[in-house]
Amino acid sequence: MFSYTLKRLALAALVALAVSALAFVLLRLSGDVAIAIAGEGARAEDIAAVRQQYGLDRPLVVQYFDWLGRTLTGDFGQSLYFRTPVFGLIADKIQTTLILALAAILFALALSIPLGVMAAVWQNSWIDRLCLWIAVAGQALPNFFFALCLIMVFSIGLGWLPVSGTDGWENFIMPTVALGYYVTPPFMRLVRAGMVEVLNADYIRTARAKGLPSSTVIIRHGLRNALVPVVALTAVQLGFLLGGSIVIETVFALDGLGYLAYQAIAQKDFPVIQAVLMLLSIGYVLLTLAADLVNAWIDPRIRVG
Amino acid sequence: MTFFSTRWLFAAVLGLAMAAGLAAPAEAQKRQNTIRFAYDQVPENVDPFFNNVRIGVIIAHQVWDTLIYRDPKTNEYRGQLATAWRWIDEKTLELDLRRGVKFHNGAEFTADDVVFTLNFVANPANRSTTQSNVNWIDRAEKIDAHKVRIITKRPFPAAIEYLAGPIVIHPAAYYQQVGPKGMNEKPVGSGPYRVVDHQIGRSITLQRNPDYFRDGPKPQPQIERIVIRFIPDRQTQVAEMLSGGLDFIMNIAPDQAQQMRAVPTLQIVSGGTMRIVFLNFATTENSPAPQLRDVRVRRAIAHAIDRQTMARQLVGEGSQVINAICFPSQFGCDASQAPVYDFDLGKARALMAEAGFPNGFDIELHAYRERNQSEAMINYLRAIGIRATLRFGQYAAMRDQVRANRAAMAHQTWGSFSINDTSASTPVYYKGLDDDISRDPKVIELLERGDTVTDPQQRIAAYREAHRIIGEQVYSVPLYNLVTFYAASRDLEFAAYPDELPRFWEMRWK
Repeated sequence: MFSYTLKRLALAALVALAVSALAFVLLRLSGDVAIAIAGEGARAEDIAAVRQQYGLDRPLVVQYFDWLGRTLTGDFGQSLYFRTPVFGLIADKIQTTLILALAAILFALALSIPLGVMAAVWQNSWIDRLCLWIAVAGQALPNFFFALCLIMVFSIGLGWLPVSGTDGWENFIMPTVALGYYVTPPFMRLVRAGMVEVLNADYIRTARAKGLPSSTVIIRHGLRNALVPVVALTAVQLGFLLGGSIVIETVFALDGLGYLAYQAIAQKDFPVIQAVLMLLSIGYVLLTLAADLVNAWIDPRIRVG
Repeated sequence: MTFFSTRWLFAAVLGLAMAAGLAAPAEAQKRQNTIRFAYDQVPENVDPFFNNVRIGVIIAHQVWDTLIYRDPKTNEYRGQLATAWRWIDEKTLELDLRRGVKFHNGAEFTADDVVFTLNFVANPANRSTTQSNVNWIDRAEKIDAHKVRIITKRPFPAAIEYLAGPIVIHPAAYYQQVGPKGMNEKPVGSGPYRVVDHQIGRSITLQRNPDYFRDGPKPQPQIERIVIRFIPDRQTQVAEMLSGGLDFIMNIAPDQAQQMRAVPTLQIVSGGTMRIVFLNFATTENSPAPQLRDVRVRRAIAHAIDRQTMARQLVGEGSQVINAICFPSQFGCDASQAPVYDFDLGKARALMAEAGFPNGFDIELHAYRERNQSEAMINYLRAIGIRATLRFGQYAAMRDQVRANRAAMAHQTWGSFSINDTSASTPVYYKGLDDDISRDPKVIELLERGDTVTDPQQRIAAYREAHRIIGEQVYSVPLYNLVTFYAASRDLEFAAYPDELPRFWEMRWK
């Protein structure tokens, strides 16, 4: 297990490094930062001055290693747009994104586990089909579209919830649903598949034969075992949700990391984009690593193979 | 900056909103005497000298005052923090300052505030964002507690306009102590509204300044509070308007504005802006399209584009056709001698044949916004055989191409930073600077004269002649000005102005 963990850790570090290099190069290829900073009406000498001032006239490789070196010591640099340390900007916003991602994952679990269980218990019936349909609709609908539909019904039509903002818990309801619904299908499929397998197992038959009530058999004996792989998937999906919240935070004007990333992209604020990207990808890599380790711990075949 | 193309969804939303018979959501705000306003961009710093976004200008004029005030209806200058001013010589402007004005922190306004602010922002080392707004100032000097002199680097007659626009006055002692960063966190000005809460990147709340000086050109504000929120997605802003979460938004897409007119609780107002649109040609020796070096081809293009129809159909109410590369209200924007090219395909085709291109030619059109307008121009050009390919990209990318002389035709727009003087528009494209791709020495000389002579009549004469030459040579086809659409609660009284500056201090609930 120890050597497996070490191997996975090294791989995770390599992935994070590759992401950082790729992001750095792609961002620079997407346009001249100096021109973007100088703004409309800037003259050639203004642009040259900006280039020199921000060290953008140096070779790309030098800029990258300079950035990497500083990042590793925890210095994310200054925002080109807000002219304040990137670290402070991120620290201000990360809480909102974490709350949203956790709420969304809880919502997804709360929805997908009962659906998966029902689909498995009434396998191949109309209930199974309906549960599957509910889950698949979540994946088929682009989440910004679903978000707008929610706004349409609950804010404009019924007037129950605020459209946007970060003022209170009410502001998190629709974003949570929009984001959580999107990741429901994989959970639901996993729970259903696990339950179908477990329900056919001998020990379930034994439990039933003992005369235990059906609900006890399903929940205590069935679901418990079917949920094991869900734990690992939760870690991976949480990483996905942290990144996926860019769109949702923008639609609902939730003042989190995703919203910051959107603003930064619009303003070509490279240090901020880079830092957010790094943070999200490291988060994703770590959570995936955690999922791998949990899986390996549960199932020895993984670490041997 | 619309993130998603979901117009049709919003058509449905609007349908639903109307079916639900929206209650009057503005009622509560009306009772609280508050306006909730949203904008899609966040200013990098609220200090007016350290941002270059529209919302920054909007906040600047609510929270701060300028020395001089330009009446947006008559374009006349009136005293604001200054009460009178005079040119001592062609580079020295003397101003008498208003007495009894107080900043929001209680500090009294004096000559020290003017001198400190102007000297601070004019110093390039302090890196004020839009250098062209301040780089004409050499220094400011105190004559006595209520009299100052501003010395310009060169004769600069447009100084009055700049002092009435982007140049606000900060309280010296406070600014000295906190600098632009502190000014962003806790802004202090002397204007009709003071900032009571600033959640950076999220919202700014303004409260009526009860001690705002009387007898000034800005009236005493009536609305108690203005809550400005930053909502990046325009669709979300519209949804907020429909659900009653906002009272005022601007920059709505024309088709959406059209749909929103049907909502009974809202009013949709369109207003012409100072942003002009023109088709710019590269005509120098190394032009990427040598055909454009022939003035007959350029005239043919001018005759081939139906500017009236484009302004009416594509831009909307409030858009006017222009005949010079400046906004008509700008001082010196005199197009009276410039030729007008009417829409006439016969004439256009004849000119093309005369120039030796009866079958037209292939060319590229570079553009960065209002793509539908670029596409309309491409269609018009096709009628006279010119096959234009659209090169659509970011503003910065297009500007790069233009400056490297790789853009034969550029669909340009220019907002003059809302400066009501021709020195802020025409010279940018024709005075031999980076963006000048025709480089006519005579035009360069005339514009230089217009920018620097102090006699107003001589200035107008110089600009008029420059516009005549630019028009006759068709270095650009002047098109029209753009329009901003505003949506507001039906009961809010407000007026739209070409400088796209909502004046909250003169708004009121009906």
